[in-house]
Amino acid sequence: MHTKTLTELGLGLHQRQFSSVELTQHFLQRIQDYDDQINSFITVTKEIALAQAQAADVCLQTGKTHPLTGIPIAHKDIFCTQGVKTSCGSKMLDNFIAPYNSTVIEKGSEVGLVMLGKTNMDEFAMGSSTETSYYGIVKNPWDIQAVPGGSSGGSAAALAARLTPLATGTDTGGSIRQPASLCGVTGLKPTYGLVSRYGMIAFASSLDQGGPMACHAQDVALLLNVMTGFDPRDSTSLNRPKEDYCVHLNDSLTGLKIGLPKEYFAEGLDAQVAQVLEVAIKELEKLGATLHEIHLPHNHLSVPIYYIIAPAECSSNLARYDGVRFGYRCEHPKDLMDLYKRTRAEGFGAEVKRRIMIGTYALSAGYYDAYYLQAQKIRRLIKEDFVKAFQEVDVIVGPVSPTPAFNIGEKVNDPITMYLSDIYTISVNLAGLPALSMPAGFVKQRPVGLQVMGNYFDEARLLNIAHRYQQCTSWHTMIPQGFA
Amino acid sequence: MSLQKEEVEKIAHLARIALSEQDIPLYTRNLSDILAFVEQMNNIDTSKITPMAHPLDTVARLRTDEVIENNQRDLFQEIAPQVETGLYLVPKVIE
Repeated sequence: MHTKTLTELGLGLHQRQFSSVELTQHFLQRIQDYDDQINSFITVTKEIALAQAQAADVCLQTGKTHPLTGIPIAHKDIFCTQGVKTSCGSKMLDNFIAPYNSTVIEKGSEVGLVMLGKTNMDEFAMGSSTETSYYGIVKNPWDIQAVPGGSSGGSAAALAARLTPLATGTDTGGSIRQPASLCGVTGLKPTYGLVSRYGMIAFASSLDQGGPMACHAQDVALLLNVMTGFDPRDSTSLNRPKEDYCVHLNDSLTGLKIGLPKEYFAEGLDAQVAQVLEVAIKELEKLGATLHEIHLPHNHLSVPIYYIIAPAECSSNLARYDGVRFGYRCEHPKDLMDLYKRTRAEGFGAEVKRRIMIGTYALSAGYYDAYYLQAQKIRRLIKEDFVKAFQEVDVIVGPVSPTPAFNIGEKVNDPITMYLSDIYTISVNLAGLPALSMPAGFVKQRPVGLQVMGNYFDEARLLNIAHRYQQCTSWHTMIPQGFA
Repeated sequence: MSLQKEEVEKIAHLARIALSEQDIPLYTRNLSDILAFVEQMNNIDTSKITPMAHPLDTVARLRTDEVIENNQRDLFQEIAPQVETGLYLVPKVIE
């Protein structure tokens, strides 16, 4: 059951070949059997899952269903789940039982998705390796010496190990696409504003976006349909007519103009990764696409400005963690200042503290113009590079990560090296554009993903490209040894 | 851009994060490295550019000024570290 697509599972459920309870139990058993090897889950919600599966089975019998009714899903532990621990990978929220559901969770429940549990992640979504979680590192099922990527490493690893057929992630600087690439699964970051951020623990408000992850592009499309939609409770949620992201999945790629940024295929990209991507891009050509060189001249500034903007926004968003109303509180505070300072020193990990402090500095009196404002100006230049490029081409294709998965511990003590691994993903968040990562091959037995970036609201086209590519390749169906 | 110990202590104070004496050198190094890394931003002339705070340049959406939420104080206070008669308790602020 864990190798089937959602369409096959949905058919199986509707035709009563198996029940949602049986399907759910299958995945719960796999989590029990395999997750201690990869640590992809923080919380497994067994009772809730079985209750939701039973309710789904009732719906399936009466015929009141949605294509995803009864299908199991794992949610990144950044989405508030009412009555269920929501930790964001942090000691600060280790004792936090969310009093409400995020919109993403609500939408999932409404269509009858069955929540298997909450997946592990870099603390407060800050990281590219899922090595900063309070709940321990997540290991890449393809090679347990390797990182799964981050910050949605738990979701990506759980999908790769076939512990869940669907997962949610969030992407602020690449945190869906990069772990998807490193784990050989498919993940999409939607246009900013398409997926409601209500109940999604905030890291950098102008960059954060929740998005779908799965093994197959068509499954990602099905989940995207559920996740999107105007939400009045999110002031950045866009009010647009609802779209069906599955309708164009099978469209021909003839005439598709693909832009290849000169800056992405330059030094810094591992030569073997470049080779894998070259082969993948040729496949797209065979499917009818034409290739065009484009320029994104300000791309080299994307990482530096991101590491001002994101920390600045995070320093503001994480100011709420003060030990007063919820979450961790230090013991025996001497006075209010001591309460704040020790709660935050003890509750946050090193990377989170680093970023809060950089952000505080960048926003402080005397530095705001030189850092934050300057970064936001360059941000406009980066967006304009893309606007110009999309006048010439339909989509932009490139690497997700400069290398395949690196080893656990390799970059964790060198923040800048870690930050530079986001070089191909960050600019898309800065510009608010949609992008996906799809499996495209392997280097030294570790997966490599190809990134497809689109113009605003062009998710359907990105999924179409990924789906057509997956119809003539089989990278996305491969399962790591030991997890079959 | 190399930060001095006093600057790091000031930042930590603004951020309300306690830093021990042992921590300070590491954070000073890390923060200085990051600031040196972002210096590249200054190689570009941005004098004629408007800052972009939102990817789609949208403005805040307004709604009519009417009460739409219920008071759920008790529910939300169930998870508080210390509460009493509807108030959150903290160490004494005024001597």
